[in-house]
Amino acid sequence: MNTLALSPPRPRASLVPKLLIGLAVVLTALLVIAPLTYIFYRALSEGWAVYAKNITDPQTLHAIWLTALVALIVVPVNMAFGIAAAWAVAKHRFPGRGLLVTLIEIPFSISPIIAGICYLLLYGRQGLLGPFLLEHDLKIMFALPGIVLVTMFVTAPFVAREVLPLMQAQGTEQEEAAVTLGASGWQIFRRVTLPNIKWALLYGAVLCSARAVGEFGGVSVVSGNVRGQTNTLPLQVELLFNDLNVVGAFAAASTLTLIALVALVVKSLLEVRGKG
Amino acid sequence: MTDVAAPIRRKRVLPGFTLSLGTTLLYLTLIILIPVLALVLKGAEIGPERFLRIITSPRTLAALKITVTAAAVATLFNALYGLLMAWVLVRYEFPGKRLLDALMDIPFALPTAVAGLALTALFSANGWFGSVLESAGISVVYTIWGIIIAMTFTSIPFVVRTVQPVLEDLDPTLEQAAVTLGARPWTIFTRIVFPAILPAFLAGSTIAFARSLGEFGAVVFIAGNKPNETEIASLLAFIRLEEYDYAGAAAIALVLLIMALTLLLISNLIQIWSARHREPR
Amino acid sequence: MILSKFRAAALALAIGATPAVAQDKILNVSYDIARELFEALNPEFQKHWQEKTGRTVTIDQSHGGSSKQARAILEGLDADVVTFNQETDVDVLAKAGLVAEDWRNAFPNGASPYYSLPAFLVREGNPKNIKDWSDLTRDDVQAVFPNPKTSGNGRYTYLAAYAYALEQNGGDQAKAQEFVRKILSQVPVFDTGGRAATQTFAEREIGDVLITFEAETAGIAKQYADRGFVAVTPSTSLFAAFPIALVAQNAERKGTTEVSTEYLNWLYSPEAQDTLAENHYRVTDKDVAAKFADQQPEVKLLTVDDVFGGWDKVTEEHFAEGGILDQVFVNQ
Repeated sequence: MNTLALSPPRPRASLVPKLLIGLAVVLTALLVIAPLTYIFYRALSEGWAVYAKNITDPQTLHAIWLTALVALIVVPVNMAFGIAAAWAVAKHRFPGRGLLVTLIEIPFSISPIIAGICYLLLYGRQGLLGPFLLEHDLKIMFALPGIVLVTMFVTAPFVAREVLPLMQAQGTEQEEAAVTLGASGWQIFRRVTLPNIKWALLYGAVLCSARAVGEFGGVSVVSGNVRGQTNTLPLQVELLFNDLNVVGAFAAASTLTLIALVALVVKSLLEVRGKG
Repeated sequence: MTDVAAPIRRKRVLPGFTLSLGTTLLYLTLIILIPVLALVLKGAEIGPERFLRIITSPRTLAALKITVTAAAVATLFNALYGLLMAWVLVRYEFPGKRLLDALMDIPFALPTAVAGLALTALFSANGWFGSVLESAGISVVYTIWGIIIAMTFTSIPFVVRTVQPVLEDLDPTLEQAAVTLGARPWTIFTRIVFPAILPAFLAGSTIAFARSLGEFGAVVFIAGNKPNETEIASLLAFIRLEEYDYAGAAAIALVLLIMALTLLLISNLIQIWSARHREPR
Repeated sequence: MILSKFRAAALALAIGATPAVAQDKILNVSYDIARELFEALNPEFQKHWQEKTGRTVTIDQSHGGSSKQARAILEGLDADVVTFNQETDVDVLAKAGLVAEDWRNAFPNGASPYYSLPAFLVREGNPKNIKDWSDLTRDDVQAVFPNPKTSGNGRYTYLAAYAYALEQNGGDQAKAQEFVRKILSQVPVFDTGGRAATQTFAEREIGDVLITFEAETAGIAKQYADRGFVAVTPSTSLFAAFPIALVAQNAERKGTTEVSTEYLNWLYSPEAQDTLAENHYRVTDKDVAAKFADQQPEVKLLTVDDVFGGWDKVTEEHFAEGGILDQVFVNQ
């Protein structure tokens, strides 16, 4: 950010910071670290050999691949959307901006299960477009397109929400200066705006991928849960749990957790470089 | 809205307005609005009379009350916890800070069902926390406390992540001036810092609340799902579906959606309003 | 090795529905607790099909709550056959024209190659001495079973308890409602599906007795042998048919009618019936039934038709919004 010139107030020599840090660490340990630890604890509770076997199960591998594929499609699309939305809202003034931002946030406030149902009502066999799709033998629900669409819905706000506040805070002076210098729209975006927002964009993309990889409720409605075919990794976790393979379920869950952790660490490292 | 004065103040000079707004609206319409419209149409199918009957039935009201209560408690907790985390992460330097920072995003990244499984295992009578709590006579799993914990976990990042950037951007000169004038730290916080972060704080809390209202995956594992006691509104919608009653499910989903959207709209207006008041600095 | 498997999986996904070798492929959409069952049955059928026609067949499985599965098929899940635990869920498909109107006559025994009944699973040594439905109304007994509003399994439990109470009280509806109300009021948690309830009982150690299909109680007792769970069969229970049907509309479009029909018919063969009985289902094949008689205790089985006047009536009186289930379940 742009507060480099002035450092925050000198830490006061009192107990307060230590107490606050302590409280923050304890609460985080209880709320976030404990569930994480438990997942790995259960996944490894029968040893590494069983863990390796659970992870390399063909159905689990297939679920990992499918989940990665979905994320690879969804994240770039949502990045483009996020940039476009942020550019429109932050760099221009038009009536209804508040409404537009709220609409972008709809997916936050809809239960993913309901999101899945929305898509069924639209593309399902009995849905609004159902007869048309059936006639043309187009398969959206219970196949890859349905899973991708619902994941797009659920993760739509993530990039926009990261990029928008930053673009708003940075104002439009730099871009306007570029305009007066005769730069084209694309040049302005690439040379001026993108360097300014790249860390927020990356952070949004990381969150978006993590969320896309982990989406469960909505996908469970439109996947059909066919073993080894339309099961994404979170669904595979549920499937293994219901197969009474609790250790296997936590093993699969641990891969998800690892993906999330790696993504967050990468983001964290990039941030250091970005600031330094 | 209140944008009447805008065109006078600043002419639209930057390019790409049509393209970016067009793309945004197209995507928004295709991916979000049309599917939601399908839901609204379905909910409208049953007519206002049955709609009212569904949403005012004692069971629905009880489920809504439980959902709102649990979401409110979870949000209250997250508001305080989020404020604490944002403060600690921005203002202090200590070993492990970066890790703590990264951990804040975990609840976004973890599938809700996995979170539900892990939390239930931790808090059930034979779990790490549950065994301690149980011996103190507190049961969490299958009570409203379970719902609150699940909602708390899934909405942890919202407050931290909205307050953090504002706190980072806060102009330190005011605080330094206050220190030289001999103001006590608490006075500085309540008079200078808190008013500045209040809009972001409110916005973050609102989204956390909205998210908690709709949470399903994590909650069904840890809640007892007993009617009138631990049955949340999303579960009720799910039950209607099991009865092949799409319209009934849509009605309940719409109530939740309208509540959440109203709150989000208010919070966004607050943010835009406050952004405008901060601008000429 | 991991990588090669991964690549194979990727390849399979890329190729998708167009396998290199001409072979049959069907999708069996089934209920929640049938996972292990079809994992055992499918390889046997693949062998049978190979011997009979020389062709190979892949059988994809999807498991979940019966109603959720039926809904998915209604919305376009490409099932060739359904193997459910709720006749009403097949009726829903028939009403939509996906399954033949007279599906009950398409296969023997009302299209139910095997059956089961709601039964109990108790903790080691049966410490609360739970033997029959009446024990569930004792103040010190907590029963665990899935939510009757979301699970077919749970609905059977509710109906079986209701039928038992009707029989004990000479058909007194009020007393029967009081009986099930008491049982429901003591349930600590209502999971949304059968397997989740099993997990609650076995993994979380909640409740004194798990009520689910006998096939599940016996199977769990075996799988968790080290925990000493005991399967208990009550004196009276409800006959639970496990209906099968060909999803004709899908099968015709995909050209799988022949193999699908054979698959369903094969479930009646002695070979399949033997595997079914091994998985603790009760079967209609006399020889196989006799062979497993000592593992399947005598029980008086009531039917939905006799006690409640058929599924249509049950749905209307008990399970509809505001019906008897809502009255005893919600307004406790």
